[in-house]
Amino acid sequence: MKIIVCVKHVPDATADRTFTQDGTTDRASVDSLLSELDEYAVEQALRIAESDDDTEISYLTVGPDDAKDALRKALAMGGDSAIHVNDDSIGGSDAFGTSLVLARAIERHGFDLVLCGMASTDGTMGVVPALLAERLGVRAVTHLEELTVENGTVTGRREGDGATVRIQGNLPAVVSVTDRSGDARYPSFKGIMAAKKKPLETLALADLGIEAAQVGAAGARSAVDTATRRPPRTKGEIVVDEGSAGAGLAAFLTTRKFI
Amino acid sequence: MAEILVLVDHVDGAVRKPTLELLTLARRLGEPSAVLLGPGADAATEALGRYGAQKIYVVDAPEIDEYLVTPAVDALTQIAERTGPAAILLPSGPDGKEIAARVALRLGSGLITDAVDVTAGPDGPVTEQSAFAATHQVTAHVTRDVPVITVKPNAAAPEPAPTDPVVEKQDIAFGPASAGVRVLSRTPRERGDRPELTEADIVVSGGRGVNGAENFALVERVADALGGAVGASRAAVDAGWYPHSHQVGQTGTQVSPQLYLAAGISGAIQHRAGMQTSRTIVAVNKDPDAPIFELADHGVVGDLFAVLPQLVEEIERRRS
Repeated sequence: MKIIVCVKHVPDATADRTFTQDGTTDRASVDSLLSELDEYAVEQALRIAESDDDTEISYLTVGPDDAKDALRKALAMGGDSAIHVNDDSIGGSDAFGTSLVLARAIERHGFDLVLCGMASTDGTMGVVPALLAERLGVRAVTHLEELTVENGTVTGRREGDGATVRIQGNLPAVVSVTDRSGDARYPSFKGIMAAKKKPLETLALADLGIEAAQVGAAGARSAVDTATRRPPRTKGEIVVDEGSAGAGLAAFLTTRKFI
Repeated sequence: MAEILVLVDHVDGAVRKPTLELLTLARRLGEPSAVLLGPGADAATEALGRYGAQKIYVVDAPEIDEYLVTPAVDALTQIAERTGPAAILLPSGPDGKEIAARVALRLGSGLITDAVDVTAGPDGPVTEQSAFAATHQVTAHVTRDVPVITVKPNAAAPEPAPTDPVVEKQDIAFGPASAGVRVLSRTPRERGDRPELTEADIVVSGGRGVNGAENFALVERVADALGGAVGASRAAVDAGWYPHSHQVGQTGTQVSPQLYLAAGISGAIQHRAGMQTSRTIVAVNKDPDAPIFELADHGVVGDLFAVLPQLVEEIERRRS
């Protein structure tokens, strides 16, 4: 079975992130790393491979030069090879542009199963897996908290809008997993050393038959008008409980008309 | 006036509150038409009409409930092609966002997700969203074709605007891909007596400091005294003290109530991302250095097992 895991190199979610003048994520001001939510997808791919010797895992990312670091991190956790689509025209792409590039690279490589995290920790839209399935013309078995892949079928539990559902679909498919799907492993020293020797292919848009105007800001279907920092909350009153803070809290809630 | 399609979030015709908010927002942009997929049209008509739906497009086909997302994509896309709306609004949730993305791709449209406000602008709807763990506010608009927008709960207060809606049954040609992912079972989330987390005006959440599943009864008592919903931090959920459906945070439910009371929650960045747009924030924590206090309008450094029972007692005294 051929698995492709889509991963993203994102600004550290625990750092103070901001926007550039043109309304895109400022990648220069903070360190970037493999999106935490993608680690769960890597983990699930590795678990599937552990129970099936014929499984081959490739990682795919779209991004500038340093996005390679996300691929190396994933390779250090396990897996076989990686693909990096790197082209200046891609910067500023929205989910439609990004999913087009990913879909073409996935088609070029061939796949039985595409695994994704539930969302990136920077854009947080969570729609790329659905767009990939739509573009690839395969099933979307998404937002899984628990999954099994057996005999060409994916079965899993999904927390939907108002209900928990158990769903099932045949491969080929795009599967996305949540942060509840199972803790991701840490790369071992041996894994980190081995990752340096694993094949990493770099592709440009021309290799995928995509025109520059289809992606980047030129191909984007929405535009940011303003991006402003929210003023920090004015720090309120902090009291140390000396026996009457519960009553004091009730008094505060009364002034705000909650009681 | 242009038609605005609103995808109805409902269980057998019981319309959920976020849909009433969408209808209210849609009236700023044009004439709202509700799209109701699945059974329950008779039950839903009154509520949809009360909040301004001029038309209700009904697709009552078994495919909608038997298969995941794709039948809804077929239905909404075909209704949009027939009606030529000025915008399509959907609730922000895993289902709503996936339907929205696939409809937008099929229509050649642009998409904006997780809007917290939508207003009419010179070039179509203008949205407001939060970014980077709610530290930033972004306004945006769709630049191509029919804007498809998903809206978070609590983006607007539902305002009645009674109409006598026209109900139109719609036949949909489901594509072969519609039957791709089968729904084996569906368990609607327990509603209970408390308001739903995403819709609640008041949320009382417990974290690591609650120290055990049995102690969540105290968090529930405070929530009930205030008429609010119960939330939990990732740590409390991971420890198995409270169900995952109640997790507040970046990867759980993001809430924006009038009042958020955090009990025994230190305030890790992921938790703050899920609650820091709350209007009033109150925190009770033993650790005076807990980051949650940076957000609190009123903070209590103290033992929640002493503070919360006294709070409940005082609420009851003030109310009697």
